[in-house]
Amino acid sequence: MNALLSEWSTITLAFWMTVKLAAVSAIGSLVLGTLLTAMRVAPLATLRGAAGTYVTVARNTPLTLVLLFTGLGVGANLGVELSSDIATNNFWLATIGLTVYTSAFVCEALRSGINTVPVGQAEAARSLGLGFVKTLALITLPQAFRAVIAPLGSILIALTKNTTIALVVGVSEASVRMREMIETYGDQVLQIFFGFALGFVVLCLPTGLLFGWLSRRLAVAR
Amino acid sequence: MSYANLYEVPGPRGIRRNRVLGAAIALALLAVAYVVYVRFDEKDQWAAEKWTPLLRADVWTTFILPGLAGTLMAAVAGVVLAGVFGLVFAAARLSEHRWVRVPAGAVVEFFRAVPLLLLIFFAFFGSYVLIGVNISAFTAVVFGLTVYNGSVIAEIIRAGVLSLPRGQSEAAYAVGMRKSQVMRLVLLPQALRAMLPAVVSQFIVLLKDSALGLIVGYDELVDRGLNGIAANFSNVIPAAIVIAAIFILINLSLDRLAHWLNDRRSAGAR
Repeated sequence: MNALLSEWSTITLAFWMTVKLAAVSAIGSLVLGTLLTAMRVAPLATLRGAAGTYVTVARNTPLTLVLLFTGLGVGANLGVELSSDIATNNFWLATIGLTVYTSAFVCEALRSGINTVPVGQAEAARSLGLGFVKTLALITLPQAFRAVIAPLGSILIALTKNTTIALVVGVSEASVRMREMIETYGDQVLQIFFGFALGFVVLCLPTGLLFGWLSRRLAVAR
Repeated sequence: MSYANLYEVPGPRGIRRNRVLGAAIALALLAVAYVVYVRFDEKDQWAAEKWTPLLRADVWTTFILPGLAGTLMAAVAGVVLAGVFGLVFAAARLSEHRWVRVPAGAVVEFFRAVPLLLLIFFAFFGSYVLIGVNISAFTAVVFGLTVYNGSVIAEIIRAGVLSLPRGQSEAAYAVGMRKSQVMRLVLLPQALRAMLPAVVSQFIVLLKDSALGLIVGYDELVDRGLNGIAANFSNVIPAAIVIAAIFILINLSLDRLAHWLNDRRSAGAR
């Protein structure tokens, strides 16, 4: 237990990075995912095609490759600089990679949510004279969101665990710290592993419970 | 699935407006693509000498094909072992004995909550202290893929068994089967059939996750294809595009397989 206690402050810092990565990417994925969903159900074939292609590509590419591409390709090779500070720059590159990947899953979940909204809802909206954008924004999407809160929770949990892969673009979060600590305190492998594992359980378990509770509370009664 | 109920069928004016809008959006998307193209071009990523290596046979035989073999080996080993792990733990979680059910549940919930990379690090860097030998990167990757995806598959199968009508097991008991027979001969085969599409989807996740192997130095497709090729020809972007295309192709075929299995199953149920 000594290693975990003596390194307590660096461990909390590492997990704070994990939380920041997850929070920023979650907001990004939610916004981009909603936009993609709207595009995928739009009356314009161009929008549907573009969003469909995006989702297929992002969903079927390993996250490791997506992050390496943002890091090595976009960052190092193209010299896209989001901040003059290397650590901050890597952080933003990682959130972009995580957002690109996760938003495809958000889009898939939301689209299945749209399927749960009865046809009559949109028809009623149209008969009131609402166009596509208003029907979607005021009637269909709010109900779709409430139907997929639980799956969105699973996506958020997966995202939190996926932040560990941000190490390939040089972000020092929990997995990096765990590797360093196993190398330094080789005799305490089990304690270190269970300590870090517990950290993720602490992050993910309340998220799952909260989203489960929200999905029951906000379920649309039909 | 069509979403045409979200908007009115456009009249002549609407069709014209949609055409104009569609063209404008297509132009905007092309403009974005052009900006990306130009930025890559400034860094010479479209130069022929960055793409021609990807057409050379020796590049495929030294980098891409061995990498693909590594990825597929890890994936196949992971699929087989995760399948076994999932079956065993699904059955254990459904056991009538508390002392089997509760530990099995704890194991499954634990491995589902821990990031795969931590599991791989634990196996790879901790193996010497824990079991006295250094395991290979391949073993560490397969270990992680097995326990993580195996736990998810256990949950999928368990949900499948729980969704079966109670009459199935009651009838099996009534004809004199023992508990293990009921599970093995009646419940699991039906649950597996019902959940096959979900299981195949999880195998896609497993295949993608095998790319984590590069972090512990396992020679899989992303490592060989992206890092290996780019180190020799400094063509990160072309290499990444080709590697991504290979992954997408494999995963789409698997996805197609899942859909086909699902269609076949629902056709059989009718």
